[in-house]
Amino acid sequence: MSSVEQLWLIFGMVLVTFGVRYGVLAMSGRLRFSERVEAGLRFVPVAVLTALCTPILFKPEGSWLMSFDNSHLIAGVFAVIVAAISRHLLLTIVLGLGLFLTLHLNLLERLG
Amino acid sequence: MTNVSTARQEFLAGAWAIVPLVIGATPFGMLFGTLAISAGLSVWATMGLSLLVFAGSSQFVAAGLVGQGASVGVIVLTTFIVNLRHALYAASLGPYLRHLTHRWLAPMAFFLTDESYAAVISRFEKADGSPNKHWFYLGGALLMYINWQLWTVIGIIAGQRIKGAEDLGLEMAMVVTFIGIVVPLLRNWPMLTCALVAGSSALLFHSLPHQLGLIVASVCGIVAGLLAQTMSRAAANRKSSTES
Repeated sequence: MSSVEQLWLIFGMVLVTFGVRYGVLAMSGRLRFSERVEAGLRFVPVAVLTALCTPILFKPEGSWLMSFDNSHLIAGVFAVIVAAISRHLLLTIVLGLGLFLTLHLNLLERLG
Repeated sequence: MTNVSTARQEFLAGAWAIVPLVIGATPFGMLFGTLAISAGLSVWATMGLSLLVFAGSSQFVAAGLVGQGASVGVIVLTTFIVNLRHALYAASLGPYLRHLTHRWLAPMAFFLTDESYAAVISRFEKADGSPNKHWFYLGGALLMYINWQLWTVIGIIAGQRIKGAEDLGLEMAMVVTFIGIVVPLLRNWPMLTCALVAGSSALLFHSLPHQLGLIVASVCGIVAGLLAQTMSRAAANRKSSTES
């Protein structure tokens, strides 16, 4: 990404982030979302974050990789299990990333 | 914490209340710095995102998308969608801030994050009539902000020092973080439906240019979640009407 594009990126992200925060806050309670809109907003984090993750897990090099060589997918499935059982964010990150780096960098083989 | 009333006391109490959340955000600040540098963002752009945008998860997403070659427009649109949840926070805080001028509201809006909202909402909801609760907010938010900058810098330095950081697969740090956030939210069928539809349509639409598939998949997931919610409510209503 060129320097000019990076400048536009920051400008655009500032605009939409501050715009959402300030726009609603400045209404200072005069604005009430309809039940439908509020319900939709509650799905936003789950939808966006999941949509971001699955391509990296299933297509780490840009095309389908369904095999035991796919350290992204194995570590991702493991992280889902850890998160489901523990519901602990930091533990999920440490164990998930730990397994990923171990597999990805062939740590076990390197250690002999 | 009764009768906290002076601005100074509120400010310090707010800073103290946010400490656990600040500690929790620390690794993400560092990971963001490292990830952004290895994704190809310049030092000033990485720092600029933390200083001016100040929105952890969308900064993560932006760094990841830059690494995948997404266009500026798609990243900005994704940022908008990721940050829509702040509208919920702002709508929830708004009624308590009616007496404030825009000189206060503008910085408060700028500093609004998941963490600052979580730390201050219980203070605003407490009916003790303190006129200085916005100082409580400012105390917490400022500590959060300063800490985020500090760890971004440390992350940038780490990203520059670690040779071949771009081959380490640091985007997986983002993925496991999001897994840790999302999985505990999947407590009911509509949320689970939303995740499954968003995740599978992201794979389906992955080949769309500029990572546009992300936006399409997010919309699919939200619509599917709303449909599932409507259906499960209708089912619950039928059940209760046959029982009565």
